[in-house]
Amino acid sequence: MKKFIRAMAATAVMVMVGFVGQAMATELVVVSWGGAYTASQQKAYHAPYMKLNPGITIINDDSAGSAVAKLRAMSQAGNVTWDLVDAVASDTMILCDEGIIEVIDHDRDLAPAPDGTPASKDFGGFIVSECFVPQIVYSTTFGYRKDLVSRPMSSICDIFDLKSFPGKRSLEKKPINNLEWALICDGVAPAKVYDVLGTSAGVDRALAKLDTIKSQVVWWTAGAQTPQLLADGEVIVGSTYNGRLFALIEEQKQPVAMLWDWQVFDLDGWVVPKGTKNKAEVMKFLRFATDTQRLADQAKFISYGPTRASSAPLVGKHATLGIEMAPHMPTDPNNAKTTLLFNYEFWADHRDDLDARFNAWLLK
Amino acid sequence: MSSLPPYLSIPERIWHYTFWVICGAVLFFLIFPLLVITPLSFNAVPFFTFTKEMLAFDPAGYSLVWYEEFFTSLNWQGAIRNSVIIAFFSTIIATFLGTLASLGLSRPNMPYRTLLMSLLISPMIVPLIIAAAGMFFFYSRIGLQGTHLGVILAHAVLGTPFVVITVTATLTGFDNNLIRASQSLGASPTTTFFKVIVPLITPGVISGALFAFVTSFDEVVVVLFVGSYRQRTIPWQMFSGIREQISPTILAAATLLIIVTIALLTTLELLRRRTERLRGVTPS
Amino acid sequence: MEISQEKSVLVTADGTPLKISLARAQRRSKIVAFSMVLPLLIFILIAFLIPIADMLSLSVDNSITKEILPKSVIALQNWDETSGELPDEVVFAAMVEEIKKAKIARKHTRVGQRLNYESSGFSSLFRKAGRKVKIIKKPPYKEALIKSDKRWGQIYTWQVIKQFSTEYTDGYYLAALDFKRNPTTGKVESLPGKESIYLKLFWRTMLLSSLITFLTFIIGFPLAYMLATVSTRLSNILIIFVLLPFWTSLLVRTTSWIALLQQEGVINDFLVLVGIINNDGRLAMIHNATGTVVAMTHILLPFMILPLFSVMKTIPKSYVRAAVSLGAHPWKAFWKVYFPNTGPGIGAGSILVFIIAIGYYITPALVGGSSGTFISNRIAYHISSSLNWGLGSALGVILLGIVLALFMLYDRIVGIDNMKLG
Repeated sequence: MKKFIRAMAATAVMVMVGFVGQAMATELVVVSWGGAYTASQQKAYHAPYMKLNPGITIINDDSAGSAVAKLRAMSQAGNVTWDLVDAVASDTMILCDEGIIEVIDHDRDLAPAPDGTPASKDFGGFIVSECFVPQIVYSTTFGYRKDLVSRPMSSICDIFDLKSFPGKRSLEKKPINNLEWALICDGVAPAKVYDVLGTSAGVDRALAKLDTIKSQVVWWTAGAQTPQLLADGEVIVGSTYNGRLFALIEEQKQPVAMLWDWQVFDLDGWVVPKGTKNKAEVMKFLRFATDTQRLADQAKFISYGPTRASSAPLVGKHATLGIEMAPHMPTDPNNAKTTLLFNYEFWADHRDDLDARFNAWLLK
Repeated sequence: MSSLPPYLSIPERIWHYTFWVICGAVLFFLIFPLLVITPLSFNAVPFFTFTKEMLAFDPAGYSLVWYEEFFTSLNWQGAIRNSVIIAFFSTIIATFLGTLASLGLSRPNMPYRTLLMSLLISPMIVPLIIAAAGMFFFYSRIGLQGTHLGVILAHAVLGTPFVVITVTATLTGFDNNLIRASQSLGASPTTTFFKVIVPLITPGVISGALFAFVTSFDEVVVVLFVGSYRQRTIPWQMFSGIREQISPTILAAATLLIIVTIALLTTLELLRRRTERLRGVTPS
Repeated sequence: MEISQEKSVLVTADGTPLKISLARAQRRSKIVAFSMVLPLLIFILIAFLIPIADMLSLSVDNSITKEILPKSVIALQNWDETSGELPDEVVFAAMVEEIKKAKIARKHTRVGQRLNYESSGFSSLFRKAGRKVKIIKKPPYKEALIKSDKRWGQIYTWQVIKQFSTEYTDGYYLAALDFKRNPTTGKVESLPGKESIYLKLFWRTMLLSSLITFLTFIIGFPLAYMLATVSTRLSNILIIFVLLPFWTSLLVRTTSWIALLQQEGVINDFLVLVGIINNDGRLAMIHNATGTVVAMTHILLPFMILPLFSVMKTIPKSYVRAAVSLGAHPWKAFWKVYFPNTGPGIGAGSILVFIIAIGYYITPALVGGSSGTFISNRIAYHISSSLNWGLGSALGVILLGIVLALFMLYDRIVGIDNMKLG
């Protein structure tokens, strides 16, 4: 018994020492999405920054998926443990509206382009919120198994064509994007999509179109699922973020090709939680990580487009594969012939409603 | 298995063997999914499928890369450490409070016994998602969300019902005359406690503690809500692995967890046999 | 007590009557017993029960409108929403002033979000107003606000604000049961079929949980019986087959079911190999209800077997032997004598499995697809993605109510004291 107690006490002391030891260096907790994406940030931003600033340790926290709820909770409790968060533009708007994240003065806080253009001009229209520091342009688009279809897929409406392309397809378990695609393939002019979707009859129309393929759809909830489903041959075609498909095609050498038609652009960027204890340090890091060269560097590791106009010409070859990255960018003219831009205003209003409609439809 | 008595009729014999086949199938159903994991964790490609190379036993289809990743990546290192720390402390809290309460509950004349019992085992009854949601809201308010202490307390709460149930179960058959006998023979309450009660409840306490430990070690819903990346446990890491970045590293983790489980169970079994031998009871 | 029937009063060594002394001792014993339970009770109260009560309060809380638009709400009291006319200038003036104030505190969108749950469009209405009100400097506020967005000139907008400005709301519970309060009439209406989800989801959760409970019982009973009747040496070995999965992380088990059930998975490969199905006819066993049921039956099976086993172990073999020797057919002896004795085990196992199943979140999230998800998945969605915490809480409270009702039923039938764990 005594031995047992002594052993327990020793363990407790060791654990406590471990806790204390952890808190010594200046740590910046950077929240992101995990996987290849975090890896690209680590290589392009974190590692070089830590080399330049030996006193700083950057900790990756892969919980961006639940960041909005957690940030709200932290702000309520007044106990903010995150320093920098990678968030999609629509979430940024909610967080900014609620005053949970810091307002950024883009020209003061961020580096100008090498030719002196102020940051706000360099980022241009990508600054969709005053709290948002744009980082990448990504798109939600399709990849298909070349060996499992009779001819190459080239139109978004091939998704709805079960006759020519029989087999399962994977779509995100959300109304966003799917309803737009359904309407476009139901003959609605792309410019009118949101007008139609704003009416109840329009939603019925989009769901009716989706009904035609419902039995053949596998619904995904995380970006990694479609690549997995494609590799397993579980589906012949599926939507996901374009960078995931790039990794599947070029790094894992799977027999998959891109279907860029009507890809939906969205933005991803950094936000600074209000109340972080390392504000000064994190702003320094933010300035470094979003300069022209760093944004271009990230594109060496993953096929997401840099948001600075001045970064685009610097995008080179993939760091390990040695292939040109430009043709794999969603913004490349060849890929971006037909595109939608995520409609923040529309979805802020209609998300709750359409989400209920969509889920009710799923349950039928 | 004892041999069949000679007087059984043929249908009875058939039923007897059918029954064994059914039981064999159930045992297979229970264990097979655990066996499948292991070969897949040696997959050379980052997917959950048996490749042609694997089925042909081609060495090129196999690789240790996922084990390497498990033991070298910071994510998993932290997860292992957090799992052990959180499970350890929550087990201590749960076992201490749970045992004390069980001793109280099992005393004769305990008032409102059923009501108290219901309250004490409520963490086991309430669906985890509700507990997780409530704790998320409340712990956020008081600043416990995203701290080790928060997760430890949450897990301790979830573990206590198991301790209470197992310890009270050992005490149900408890003969209170033993305490009276001890006291009437001049033992102090402390002596009685350590010499009479402790040896009797120890098996219950240990198995309750093990339940509490496993509850914490295996728990993912509450830690997802109450915890954050810094409190990531092995299940937390696996869950985000399955959803966000599918890689057989989680299969490697799973295989290692199964091995740990087997080691733990074997130890328990050996301990049990040792106790029995010491008591002079031969396993029948 | 017999003592009271005695004529002469018994006394203890120090002279107090035995009855009083006994009562005192009993009281002391009660206090001691209670004080031993107290620490755990307080701990559970603070760390567990208060959080759940907190969630309960979130599910009815509607203070946001009143908190951010206090004057407008009071001014609206005097407006007759059935009059067919817009509120007067006082209301508009208060609204403009309060949106200005809320914009600075960055709270104006919270009202918009709350009202957006009742009627789509309020989110953008308030966000836009936050941008526009700063240019409205002087009266008439009515015209200016309507000019900034024509929706402010619609009676419906004001009806919604008035209707949902109460301190507490039943709106989340109505939504959780597929009802809605009509902002114009204030009457509760059920949602059209194409918009209702939660009742169906509750029903499906119950149905699948019952199915899983039944399957674990059917599969678990024979094995538990076998384990309880073979020699201890053999059962000690075989029980490992139950304990190993029981102790293995549920994520490990879910993962392995993904590997087993998927289209290119082990089971489909095997079926193709032996020729039961051909390569194009691979079965879809995952990302649907089948996946959820199979994986959860496996995961919850030990929770059925262990209580059954522990109860069966205590049933003396002599019972059945006695019945058979008295002339009962072995089947009848089993059914009439043995089976009823397993009642507490079946009760404990079933209730345990059902209660765990009904609140399950992880496995349905990973293998459930769209037809195999549970109500818990929606609760998690509202808490971590849509941020509709009120609705998430209301759904949670309803689920909790169902579970507690079941638990009380169980307590009445079996008694919680009879709950056993392996």
